[in-house]
Amino acid sequence: MQDEKVDGWEPKIIAFLCNWCSYAGADLAGVGRFQYPPNTRIIRVPCSSRISPLLILKSLQRGADGVLVSGCHPGDCHYLSGNYVARRKFAILNNLLEYLGIEKGRVHFAWVSAAEGKRFAELITEITEEVRALGPAKELVKKPD
Amino acid sequence: MPDTSVMIRDTAKKLLDEKRVDLIIGFERGTLPLRSTPCFIRTSEEIERLIWNATCENNLARYLRGRKEKVGIVAKGCDTRSIISLIKEKQVAREQLFIIGVPCHGMIDRRKIEARFDGKEILEADEITEGLILKGNDFTEIVDKAAFLHNSCNTCSYRNPIIYDILIGDEVEENRGIDEYGEVKEFEAQSADRRWQSFTNEISKCIRCYACRNACPLCYCQECFVDSSQPQWIGKTTNLSDTSIFHIVRAFHTAGRCVDCGACDQACPMGIDIRKLTKKIERDVKELFHYQAGVNLEDVPPLAAFSLDDPQQFIR
Repeated sequence: MQDEKVDGWEPKIIAFLCNWCSYAGADLAGVGRFQYPPNTRIIRVPCSSRISPLLILKSLQRGADGVLVSGCHPGDCHYLSGNYVARRKFAILNNLLEYLGIEKGRVHFAWVSAAEGKRFAELITEITEEVRALGPAKELVKKPD
Repeated sequence: MPDTSVMIRDTAKKLLDEKRVDLIIGFERGTLPLRSTPCFIRTSEEIERLIWNATCENNLARYLRGRKEKVGIVAKGCDTRSIISLIKEKQVAREQLFIIGVPCHGMIDRRKIEARFDGKEILEADEITEGLILKGNDFTEIVDKAAFLHNSCNTCSYRNPIIYDILIGDEVEENRGIDEYGEVKEFEAQSADRRWQSFTNEISKCIRCYACRNACPLCYCQECFVDSSQPQWIGKTTNLSDTSIFHIVRAFHTAGRCVDCGACDQACPMGIDIRKLTKKIERDVKELFHYQAGVNLEDVPPLAAFSLDDPQQFIR
């Protein structure tokens, strides 16, 4: 694993961003020319509550080293309560993954509004560094039988 | 005191004769000692098949969904909790049911007994008040039932039915002073690496038979994510990664619904400790959202609701 790091390994991060806030926040980061590491692949989803645990786990299985799920701040949801409902799901999932021993720092949750372009860039920078420090994903990666 | 089996038969007979129900779901003698099996009775001639003993472990709520007729169901504490969950999820109507509640002393885990007898075959088992008389080829022994209960029964604090139309016999004393989450705490106390190690060790036994899913009264999706091929969420082999995801997501799907009846655990042919996952989620739901599944008909299931001040320290 150390070798991979030396061999120019770069973390791969999947970010599920809600269409109404976080995706627009990412857009604003671009428009505002805020620099952030290019390790994140963004997937636009209608709402943070669209995210099923399966999407997160499957990302980790298929080669993502980190996953970020981001939606509107509480109270700002385009669908009024989507992020509140999602928050409960994420709380249970987050605890369960930690309980099973999946490294803290692989799966991240955040609220980013459409006005927080700078914050989005900072968040991605932080998460990229955290995932980089952990090294390539291990636990759920699918290896051939 | 009249025999519980007899009382269940009398009640069931009356219900069928008076045409208050069309079907009785209960237990009958299994083909092997220490086993009983669910049975479905539609006429009062068949009523003698019904039994009640310490091997009536299945959760009969499993058989309620999708029925049009009126159903009488023999239900222990955990069964009634599952029934409550199903009523809340609108999978079955309360009016459609006649619940024959039976207080439960805990059900016997025959695997524990088999382990105790070191592989010697038990050919006959009789239940008496003090315990079990077990007979094999060259031995007869009386054992204490309480020493061989299912793990889920040992930590159960709802032995008496919560909802019922008639209660058979007297209420039993509830377990007190037990640490329901002892095993979860023990698991938690290990390092993250050890936790992942022991989780995958346990899971690597899985043969993906889905008995856990099929035994669960709450696993009723028309198309389960493991069967879905469009998208195919996870592979169908016993690849460790696929199997881990299966178990994580299966457990997650019970969040706020699992009543810890132990059906998944009991159904597992490989003896995987499935409750390690469900019990953890059950505790989280209790601590985070102050909800316990199946204890009343009023509380809104936690994932169908939210509160403005739900915990969110883990969100950036």
